[in-house]
Amino acid sequence: MIRIEDLALSIFGTPILRDVDLTVAAGQVFGLVGESGSGKSMTALALMGLLPRGMTTSGQIWLDDTDLTKLDEDAMCAIRGRRVSMIFQEPMTALNPVKTIGDQVAETLLIHGRASRNDARRIAAEKLTRVGLPQDRFPLDRYPHELSGGQRQRVCIAMAIALHPNLLIADEPTTALDVTTQAQILDLLKELVAEDGMGLLLITHDLAVVAGMADHVAVMRKGEIVEQAETETLFRNMSHPYTRQLLDASGHVPDGQAIPQDTPLLEVRSAVRDYPLPRTHLFGPTPQFRAVDEVSFTLNKGESLGLVGESGCGKSTLSRAILGLEPLQSGEILLNGTPIAPDMPHARRAGLQVVFQDPYGSFNPRWTVERLVAEPFHLLGSRPLDWRDRVRDALAEVGLDPDAMTRYPHEFSGGQRQRIAIARALILRPELIILDEAVSALDVSIRADILDLLAELQSRHGMGYLFISHDLGVVRSITDRVLVMKAGKIVEDGATEAVFAAPQHTYTQTLINAAPVIPPAWKEA
Amino acid sequence: MLRYVLTRALSLGLSLVVASLVIFAMIEVIPGDPASFMLGLNAQPEAVAALRDDLGLNGSLVTRYLDWVGGLMTGDFGISYTYRVPVAELVLERLQVSLPLALYALGLSTLIAIPVGMFAAARQGRTSDYAIMGATQLGIAIPNFWFAMLLVMLFAVQLRWFSAGGFPGWDEGFWLAMKALTLPAVALALPQASILARVMRSSLLDVLHQDYMRTARAKGLSIAQATRHHALRNALIPVLTIIGLQFSFLLAGAIIIENVFFLPGLGRLIFQAITQRDLVVVESVVMLLVFAVILVTFLIDVAYAVVDPRLRRRR
Amino acid sequence: MTRLPAQLWIGAVLSAALLATALLSFLWTPYDVTTLNIGAKLKPPSAEYLLGTDHFGRDLLSMLMEGGRISIAVAVLAVGIGMGVGVPLGLLAAAHRGGWLDEVIMRGNDLIFAFPALVIAILITATFGPSATNAIVAIGIFNIPVFARVARGGAMTIWTQDFIMAARVAGKGKVRISVEHILPNIANLLIVQGTIQFSLGILAEAGLSYVGLGAQPPIASWGRMLAEAQTMIYSHPRLAIAPGLAIVVMVLGLNLMGDGLRDLLDPRIRRART
Repeated sequence: MIRIEDLALSIFGTPILRDVDLTVAAGQVFGLVGESGSGKSMTALALMGLLPRGMTTSGQIWLDDTDLTKLDEDAMCAIRGRRVSMIFQEPMTALNPVKTIGDQVAETLLIHGRASRNDARRIAAEKLTRVGLPQDRFPLDRYPHELSGGQRQRVCIAMAIALHPNLLIADEPTTALDVTTQAQILDLLKELVAEDGMGLLLITHDLAVVAGMADHVAVMRKGEIVEQAETETLFRNMSHPYTRQLLDASGHVPDGQAIPQDTPLLEVRSAVRDYPLPRTHLFGPTPQFRAVDEVSFTLNKGESLGLVGESGCGKSTLSRAILGLEPLQSGEILLNGTPIAPDMPHARRAGLQVVFQDPYGSFNPRWTVERLVAEPFHLLGSRPLDWRDRVRDALAEVGLDPDAMTRYPHEFSGGQRQRIAIARALILRPELIILDEAVSALDVSIRADILDLLAELQSRHGMGYLFISHDLGVVRSITDRVLVMKAGKIVEDGATEAVFAAPQHTYTQTLINAAPVIPPAWKEA
Repeated sequence: MLRYVLTRALSLGLSLVVASLVIFAMIEVIPGDPASFMLGLNAQPEAVAALRDDLGLNGSLVTRYLDWVGGLMTGDFGISYTYRVPVAELVLERLQVSLPLALYALGLSTLIAIPVGMFAAARQGRTSDYAIMGATQLGIAIPNFWFAMLLVMLFAVQLRWFSAGGFPGWDEGFWLAMKALTLPAVALALPQASILARVMRSSLLDVLHQDYMRTARAKGLSIAQATRHHALRNALIPVLTIIGLQFSFLLAGAIIIENVFFLPGLGRLIFQAITQRDLVVVESVVMLLVFAVILVTFLIDVAYAVVDPRLRRRR
Repeated sequence: MTRLPAQLWIGAVLSAALLATALLSFLWTPYDVTTLNIGAKLKPPSAEYLLGTDHFGRDLLSMLMEGGRISIAVAVLAVGIGMGVGVPLGLLAAAHRGGWLDEVIMRGNDLIFAFPALVIAILITATFGPSATNAIVAIGIFNIPVFARVARGGAMTIWTQDFIMAARVAGKGKVRISVEHILPNIANLLIVQGTIQFSLGILAEAGLSYVGLGAQPPIASWGRMLAEAQTMIYSHPRLAIAPGLAIVVMVLGLNLMGDGLRDLLDPRIRRART
């Protein structure tokens, strides 16, 4: 019922999409997979007729017997939201902050003249209940800021399905959500497709998500569909090398990891970190939020320890305490037996470094790479005379040319920047590096390279890694031992394989069950 | 909501107390004795002593401050030294010119600026947008008193449509009074409208790029509908701040324009009071103006909460 | 090299031209503006007097050239005061965001904003005597909260970035981070605000001189030229045109330059261009 034929897009002569053909049937989930910049979102926007200005399109988009590319703006407005609707990646900003959720859902009905004002509110209430927001807990007059990310995505879904569209486009609908929330949203989408018989075009970077959801999958690269087939067939055959490459990268396990020693490097003992919350009473006491609650664990020399948890569980707060940036309210953190605190001497700080998630925000954009990488030398009091040589060596170690030294961070790609960040963390040869979601923002193929690099560096220098991530797959592939954190507490601590094979705590079980996986049988060629 | 308003009201009260202390101190630090300062260098010592008594300058700092603030709260602003009438009476009389003038100018500027800003945002990057932006640049660059002189030259001297200045008073009829305020209001409104139009445009453009606008479009709203239903209310939040600031500016900032047009307004009163060293008037009128600014800020904070639900439950 | 925005060019040329004539007036003006020549009073523009003369027979062009000096000097120094005091305060507030120091600095800022600037400027100049110095102080004081607010606002977003965390991991303190990391990243905001305040300073100085509270005779100033012209607005409206235009061109030039600089320096726009 929706059929794209020979779709091509270009902006000022630069091609964005070429020869895109795909068909989404009623009641079908069509997975469109690709890395960033592959053109998958552009395909969706072309379907909606919402391309940015300056784009030229060719080809046809058939909705039943209508070619959407031939319709004018008024006619497209009548299609959008009624016959084809869409939900987006970022539910936190997708809703108008100054309107109630009821009004925003009812608007879909009103704008298409499908209901009176009262009926629209009644239907909106029904739809919200349907997507899992029952009226007793989520009345129509709630505002978006009163809901969590997952709940907001449900509101977006309610808006999108209010008029029983023929096609729902979901562009990375769960990428910004935690794994358990992701599972719930995916289940909801699946259920809606089954009950309403609409088509779902599911756009994602995650092969495991489509494996569990889609009936049919297309793989996109550089604006072209390289392969498409029925889901199981596609996974079993992998007829295009790029698909195989994607799959390999997504489950990549680096080899040659170091063997951890038995001496403890980092010891965290009953660490507690409280934050003051805004007062509820003008003159009352300031309430406290316990972000880290009696956490204890040990990380041995040369060990890779994973720390897994959903957003808000306290893992970032814990990492700031371990870095000696924030004080503990009680308990202690020891590095090689000496305590870590915000006022510790610089020499002790030199044993600790960190790599962050965002390859864009990690660097002062006005500094050159050599100055950035050399920043930790501040801990030595002054830069050593051979600092330039040491920067060059560090860059070489992470696989970057020495000519990178005089360039600025914006001249590098995301993966290269992560290498620069690793070079900066490496320059003082610390004993512990905290990797805070260090590969989460990267495409799978680049992520695999960075994981290899980290493993290689560890086997060469024998430092310990504290690997903080929400991504179970990554943690599983690179760590020796894993900690699971929930609401400020460590709920499970064990050897990685053992934990993944037989999780003890119910929360760990929930997390592991929620994570989408490709059926192992499909991977056997 | 109530808690939010109460906290804002509390901060309003605190600001007023601090502001009154600052003003009081400012008048105190004026070199020399206020009384001899007011009378000038050649004053007779007896006259100075009499004035000191008159002003209550012989009490301690604390009692003088409390007397002044207490007076302000009961509507007793003191007696003007030069005019020999209660300051409250003077202020009330002058407000009859300044308040309508400020509102007139603010109304003009808002009515012009908001549609113009919206239009420019809708035409972003096209010729009409560039033309409007160029015109507003010019509007900001023109000193309002010079613009006022140009208006006088054209409409009063050449065309003789308006008089060059003066105010007949409201007793002479509403339209006549409004007519006398028209040129001053236009002169005041032009730069304000230029600023406001630019704020409106950039605020609207900001909002138009928000994710929820894309959501609205995906629901089937046309660009115009999405702008009307979703963008405007969000875009008005920063515009509101500027309107508030402009009101307080117009109330007191009309000093120079009132001078150009010989209008008996608050600005002219305070200007004359300063040059004639009538510190009683200066002290009380400045306090009054600060009160107006703080009050407007408070009202805008409350308006924020009405427009933006996120503020209502915070704190 | 990226192409400079057109408005930056236009703005820079306009303001540089006026700045140049003001500087030139130190070395040379067509006529001396301090000597009165009643015999040549109120002459229309001619080859001899390009813009004509005023009621004292002074050459308008020469007065315009000299008048620019005081406007520019007052505005530059007032911006200097605002930046010099406001930026450190703003950085300090951002470094202690949420703390009592931040609260005190920002409430103090709000308080200054609550005072009617022009009234206080008039009060200051009237109290301490009308002079250019007092005009500078009066305008400068009201620049302080503007720069403090811009600096704090810009610094707050920088403080949340990961590279600040990296600097803290490298053992750097708040002051060092503010100087090394924050300041270079808010410099563009400050430059843009600087040009805006510069142009507002020109307008404010013109207003103060217009009411007789700016620089005093015999120093020429654009504002006072307008005040004198107003008395002859019926008979010789010509006198009011040139000084007004000079102010407009200067302010317009600065504002265009500010806009152009913002376009040039805004990382979002720059990223789109690279």
